[in-house]
Amino acid sequence: MSRPFLSVANLAVHFPTSDGLVRATDGLSYTLERGKTLGIVGESGSGKSVSSSAILGLHRGTNAQVSGEIWFDGTDLLSLSDEDMRRRRGKDVAMIFQDPLSALHPYYRVGDQISEAYLAHNQVSKRVARARTIEMLDRVGIPQPDRRVDDYPHQFSGGMRQRVMIAMALINDPILLIADEPTTALDVTVQAQILDLLQELQREFNTALIMITHDLGVIAEIADDVLVMYAGRAVEYGATRDLMTQPAMPYTWGLIQSIPDVTRSVDLPLRPIPGNPPSLLNQPPGCAFFARCEYAQFVPGDRCATTLPDLLPLSDGHLKRCHLDHDLASYAVVETGAI
Amino acid sequence: MAAPLLEVRDLVMHFPVKSRGVIARTVGHVKAVDGVSFTVEAGQSLGLVGESGCGKTTTGRLITRLQKPTSGQILFEGQDIAQAGPRVLKPLRREIQMIFQDPYTSLNPRQTVGEIVGAPLVIHKLVPASQRLARVQELLEVVGLNPEHYNRYPHEFSGGQRQRIGIARALTLQPKLLVADEPVSALDVSIQAQVINLMQDLQREFNIAFLFIAHDLSIVRHFCPEVAVMYLGKIVEKAPRDELYEHPKHPYTKALLSAVPNIEQAVLGGRRERIRLQGDVPSPINPPSGCRFRTRCWKAQDICATTEPPLQKVGAGADVAACHFPEQ
Repeated sequence: MSRPFLSVANLAVHFPTSDGLVRATDGLSYTLERGKTLGIVGESGSGKSVSSSAILGLHRGTNAQVSGEIWFDGTDLLSLSDEDMRRRRGKDVAMIFQDPLSALHPYYRVGDQISEAYLAHNQVSKRVARARTIEMLDRVGIPQPDRRVDDYPHQFSGGMRQRVMIAMALINDPILLIADEPTTALDVTVQAQILDLLQELQREFNTALIMITHDLGVIAEIADDVLVMYAGRAVEYGATRDLMTQPAMPYTWGLIQSIPDVTRSVDLPLRPIPGNPPSLLNQPPGCAFFARCEYAQFVPGDRCATTLPDLLPLSDGHLKRCHLDHDLASYAVVETGAI
Repeated sequence: MAAPLLEVRDLVMHFPVKSRGVIARTVGHVKAVDGVSFTVEAGQSLGLVGESGCGKTTTGRLITRLQKPTSGQILFEGQDIAQAGPRVLKPLRREIQMIFQDPYTSLNPRQTVGEIVGAPLVIHKLVPASQRLARVQELLEVVGLNPEHYNRYPHEFSGGQRQRIGIARALTLQPKLLVADEPVSALDVSIQAQVINLMQDLQREFNIAFLFIAHDLSIVRHFCPEVAVMYLGKIVEKAPRDELYEHPKHPYTKALLSAVPNIEQAVLGGRRERIRLQGDVPSPINPPSGCRFRTRCWKAQDICATTEPPLQKVGAGADVAACHFPEQ
């Protein structure tokens, strides 16, 4: 059997600090095929960005301790030399960052910033790179690209800047694209435009896409598979439809319930998840979600508090990290109407 | 009939744009708010939604009189405060308070929570110094924080807890009107619901009216029985919640609603028609003639460029929309 296109196995990213070891990501595994989209959901500090930066090797040269394997198109990215990693970064694997205003250099023309990415990986003249840049700007829907190529970032609106970021990420035809909250800073109408564009480009280039977001609505619209992260670990992983309709881990269910959906009854109060996520410095010995979990009472003994549950398959391709034996629906926690 | 708690009539805010050079001439105006009218009754909530740059935040800042409007009236309990000076405004500041968007920048990092929440009591000399601490602790308890934490600093709290501190500060003077400007958009999803529920409880308990400003349509729907949609400095549609979300009359409202990602429809199917708006919002320095939405509207005809549609009743309900060709 051939290896999946992207296979992350047992990835851990730890940061030693003066206060102790911050376990930003631990024991993370997932796979992704070309042309498919994986959504990674979680709150701030759940390790979703940190684990994805590891794929691009962005923790190299910092004091982060990265371990595990990242098999991408036949090679383990973590075992590559810095030089080999640099050759792939921005070419085969590219990233779109959350905030285009801080990810673009304010003093350089956007055209120069985009063509720099092209020149870094291709032995071509500046003129060719410029032509390619204009072509990309046109491709991502920026009007008058031959004129806009000489503009500075502040002359673009938020949505247009995000398009510039996308053009920059896609200029070398990457086969894996990581989008870190690409639409969080944008208005809904612009968000819809950008999501359409990403999906269109994905179909055209058969790119594998990792979509990092905290917005379950966005995930539901574009992802094939979803990985839910909590306190640095995967807590639920499965096909989008399975996971959204039959969430098996109380945290996922909590997330779904706490969103005020535009079609949901307004008479029902929102059901927030009580409390706050644990500190990554002093993780509790058992399930990280235990202190906020309404279902812990149904697990006999103190297993939730003392033993970290394994990420185990529930059905075909649907994994959960939870001690509960049955479906969430079979437990009598006050029921509210959701999906 | 008694006057409503807040009535805004024809509110206008034009920011001058200056030319460069020694003699800075005014070369134009950013028409941030351009003739906005609405009312908020005591204990009720009005939602104000729109994209960035539509003037919703400026409207909030005018009502709290952090800025002085160019023209128009802001009637608070019948009294026009639009052009009022500091002496008139000071007692009114007790009645109108604001909750800010970013709990990381709206709290002074060098003050303790007790100082932050107690500051309004000091400024308005409401409670003797000896009782101040007790009042602060009472407020912290109301917003769900540990009253013993009054001498901690903002950085010791998480984002959701900080927003609770901001809410406690706004409640200190027992206001009648709270202007909440994107109160939860900086928070994680699971925490947003906590803060929304807290504000709803407080509204019921203290009968506070809310002007709820947000770009997140689903949160506004949850919080406000009445919603106004803004586009380029004007209200384009205002309606009771169910009317607006189920039968939007203005094409812009329809487009805005169709752009919201929705789990249920994406997963289970039955997706409503998706409308993709082309391009960006035009510049508020030079808004389009006639209807301001016409440059992005799929229904636009000649009349839209020449005549500005008034905000008028559409359909049988209380829905008002500014459009020549409203949806039926």
